[in-house]
Amino acid sequence: MAAGKFTYSLSCPLPQLDFDRIVLGHGSGGLLSKRLIDKVIRPALGEVILSEWHDGAILNTHSKLAFSSDSYVVSPVFFPGGNIGHLAIHGTVNDLAMCGAEAKYLSLSFILEEGLLLSDFWEILLSIKNACERSSVKIVTGDTKVVDGKKCDQIFISTSGIGEVHAQSDVHAKNIRAGDTIIVSGNMASHGIAVMSVRQGLEFETQVTTDSAPLHVPVKKLLDAFGSKIHFLRDPTRGGVATVLNEAALDSGLSIEIHEQNLPVLPEVNGACELLGLDPLHVANEGIFIAIVDPEIADEAMGILRNDECGIHAAIIGQVLDRQPPQVICQSLIGGRRVVPMLPGEQLPRIC
Amino acid sequence: MKFLEEYRDRERVEQLLHEISRIVTKPWKIMEVCGGQTHGLVKNGIIGMLPEKITMVHGPGCPVCVTPASLIDEAIALSKKENVVLASFGDMIRVPGTSESLLQAKAAGADVRIVYSPLDALRIAQAEREKQVVFFGVGFETTAPAIALSVIQAKQLGLKNFFVLASHVLVPPAMEAILSDPANEINAFLAAGHVCTIMGEKEYYPIAAKYHVPIIITGFEPVDLLQGILMAVKQLEAGEAKVENQYSRMVMPEGNPSAQQLMQQVFATCDREWRGIGEIPSSGLEVNAGYSSFDARKKFSLPVISSTEKTECRAGEVLRGVLKPVQCEHFGKRCTPEHPLGAPMVSSEGACAAYYHYHQTAASE
Repeated sequence: MAAGKFTYSLSCPLPQLDFDRIVLGHGSGGLLSKRLIDKVIRPALGEVILSEWHDGAILNTHSKLAFSSDSYVVSPVFFPGGNIGHLAIHGTVNDLAMCGAEAKYLSLSFILEEGLLLSDFWEILLSIKNACERSSVKIVTGDTKVVDGKKCDQIFISTSGIGEVHAQSDVHAKNIRAGDTIIVSGNMASHGIAVMSVRQGLEFETQVTTDSAPLHVPVKKLLDAFGSKIHFLRDPTRGGVATVLNEAALDSGLSIEIHEQNLPVLPEVNGACELLGLDPLHVANEGIFIAIVDPEIADEAMGILRNDECGIHAAIIGQVLDRQPPQVICQSLIGGRRVVPMLPGEQLPRIC
Repeated sequence: MKFLEEYRDRERVEQLLHEISRIVTKPWKIMEVCGGQTHGLVKNGIIGMLPEKITMVHGPGCPVCVTPASLIDEAIALSKKENVVLASFGDMIRVPGTSESLLQAKAAGADVRIVYSPLDALRIAQAEREKQVVFFGVGFETTAPAIALSVIQAKQLGLKNFFVLASHVLVPPAMEAILSDPANEINAFLAAGHVCTIMGEKEYYPIAAKYHVPIIITGFEPVDLLQGILMAVKQLEAGEAKVENQYSRMVMPEGNPSAQQLMQQVFATCDREWRGIGEIPSSGLEVNAGYSSFDARKKFSLPVISSTEKTECRAGEVLRGVLKPVQCEHFGKRCTPEHPLGAPMVSSEGACAAYYHYHQTAASE
């Protein structure tokens, strides 16, 4: 079994079926599709899927809405600490959380590669269920297509989500002010290094696992306590913390200064970055967020975050400055200063 | 992290800076040869901390930067052949050849794969016997031994589908080329620590003597770099020109004899074109006669590609230390890491990219 696979096998075994791999017919819309839905997808997802699940859904909501959509094509599909399934749920839940919203309803669409092992699909579905439960979100509609072998990498997932916006939330880059405090909610770069370690066959003394987690709970706690004093929220997924901070600088027209010594990175992740010639500021994350907040509430916000399981390693990493041009400056460990750019193109390991 | 934190110690850095300022009396130009050193200087903000009298000049020690367009064109031509897998280190794939990069060739359907080690390419050859796997062997003396090892292993395994497109370059001939240029202004060198880990000190004795230039073998962390600079300034101020080893925790005087032996077993020296510098005699490595069945150039009769460098890119002046990246009219305007006009803007170790990424702009002060 690949590293990091979820093991639900005792409580939730794959039903006895007369097929063990996905075939093109499972995406036909006909009898085989129905069997895949009725015998595999529904039983696996259980309560988190609406009983009247079909091509569309009618929803009740009570507040201003946020809407988000994303696609997941991670390779490999299984990696230390998880798989593409919970990534696809947490990703959209978090995108909504960064709008100051709590995810309520998701759509879930699969593009499956012909030949995908049903046992692998089952595990991915179980991790989707687990992630939905953790995120208090329901799946209300979806779709499944199957493509010829080699036309996709085992499984691609697309999720869209609707969330209810917190009544006191006013999260927008235009609200960022000079003097604001920049908080990162946890250790940086773990997800990117976890995935890269399987891709490249790297082994570390301590295994690095993905940080993938839903962030709606700590975000709600911050918004409950401080409302519009939370000026900006963003989860630094691809492109890393550097890219989010650059976006914040450009969109607010202000400069950002961070301190290298305050950046939270696990030693083993830092070691891998040193080895591969990567900057942790550019490596992807799936379970942390950046909050730019009113300096008055920064310490209290840190207290709240550190009492949440997703925010134990939260750190104040810098502040917003009224300085031109809008860019991100990092003060190095030795007191030097450098510009931190956005990640240009793909992140490539260096030669020597 | 052991062997890192103690070399990033702020107090030690401040002591070294103070000592450099105390002894320097004249303006000196010091070239750090290796791109990793350029990266270390710029990433840590050291350039802005040095006394004004000291100018750091970025040398030709980035393999990505000095690989000429003609060799990249060769790799691209190979990658487009049917059944060929072209395996390359990551940062080579974005470097522009004459008309495109390996990344663009990949997008157009060529089978280009990023590997971390030539041994990964060897594994591809083992796993996919129906493919012809070519490893694009770029780099300095640092990457050559592992590539030699992959060729030796391929022979031991009896693999008939593994080849190397040898494009290696050697550091000492490039330093001589810079020193013998009439326009040369370099007073001292920080020699590349990792290259010396393999090759040792002895190659530098004749250079230091012939050109009367201090050569300090130097590491990559802030304390290393500042110690190297301090040692260079001490020699310059005293009128000395010796080879000294700052990076003695890694570099033995004789280098790594087993690695040198691997290189000798598989490679022979050859003349090689450097991007921006031109052809330097005996400055490259090619697969020798004993291993010619693993030489991609012999296997796939490649056309002789003579490409013209893009004229807008002033890489040659940057790599020779005559022009600072920020002095180039295209820097940060038409030439960025996203759309590089030339190689020094591609790799994070390229002088231009290092400046672009990390250089503290005057405007933000």
